[in-house]
Amino acid sequence: MVKQVRQISGVSCTVQLSKRILSDRIVAGTVRIHGPNFFWLKRRSQLDNARKMSRQTARIADPKKVNSELFTLTYGALVSQLVRDYESVDDVNKHLERIGYNIGIRLIEDFLARTNFPRCHDMRDAADKIQQAFKLYLGLSPGISNWSNGNEEFSLTFESTPFAEFVELPDSCSNLKYGNILPGVVRGACEMVQMEVQSWIIQDTLKGDNITELRIRFIKKLEDAIPAGED
Amino acid sequence: MTIHNLYIFDRNGILVYYGEWNRKKVPSMSKEEEGKLVYGMIISLRGVIEKVSPLDIKDNSFHYRTSKYKMNFWESPSGVKFVMNTDLNSPNVKELLRSIYTQVYVEYVVKNPLCVQGEFINSELFAQKLDEVIKASLSYTSRTV
Repeated sequence: MVKQVRQISGVSCTVQLSKRILSDRIVAGTVRIHGPNFFWLKRRSQLDNARKMSRQTARIADPKKVNSELFTLTYGALVSQLVRDYESVDDVNKHLERIGYNIGIRLIEDFLARTNFPRCHDMRDAADKIQQAFKLYLGLSPGISNWSNGNEEFSLTFESTPFAEFVELPDSCSNLKYGNILPGVVRGACEMVQMEVQSWIIQDTLKGDNITELRIRFIKKLEDAIPAGED
Repeated sequence: MTIHNLYIFDRNGILVYYGEWNRKKVPSMSKEEEGKLVYGMIISLRGVIEKVSPLDIKDNSFHYRTSKYKMNFWESPSGVKFVMNTDLNSPNVKELLRSIYTQVYVEYVVKNPLCVQGEFINSELFAQKLDEVIKASLSYTSRTV
């Protein structure tokens, strides 16, 4: 049994790693992050011979890429800290959305810098670009579906989100929208390209559904700001 | 090719950066006033260009030239506007402005949590990187008075 105390984003968690090493195999690793009102992050990893062999070759770390598990664990620590700070789960939801909004308004500039897309003409175009952004930043390929009659509303469906990989929601937080940062990011990014949208999570794998579904609705086109005194 | 100066405006028209490399004439007004003047001119000019244009193309960049200098304008889809005054023989300033946006603005301003959007950019790192890009991209000549 190996106990390590790790500081992640200012939250200290006790990480219990239990490993049974049988010859060359590391069979079961369990990671439990616990405290009041927390969720469990359970992890079972199996490394077989092949992976152990590949570890011997030099791994050049890409400075821009981050281990996805570090990302997931960091997000989990952030949400659990928010749950501890705010008494009400609704406040946490709102805060997550606002954090997402702040991320979105900056992320769009990076997206535009990387891809050189012009502004979208309509929502079909926008849906396509949002799908590409998810691929670029999170490596996910969401499906686009459920278009409304006027082509103003659509859904993005994810088989799984990287945030929710090891998470189980406890009963006290059943109203928690764990992945609520994503609708916020979409809203912030669209606002910077003059589109006001509303986005929310319809289905969530953490609450027992098969897929995670994010619904996006176009509200209106924002006009470019004109300085006072002009027409 | 000579670059005289560069203005960067955010999407609300606030001057967030002004860089000067080669300006002989002393400015007759403060930086803020000059910023507002340039921004107003840009918006009006862009409006006129769109309305009078005989073609249907909507572009995010234009330029004008006088007998002495050329003013180049480029706007990102997110509303960040770059205005650069250069001398008359300057090809491809649009590409230069786009590369300033991609390599300097996004890297050192957008990704910097201490740079508040809508305020003047005080980051020395940004100024330094911008300087590097300007000087490296083309033959930059400084003239002494």
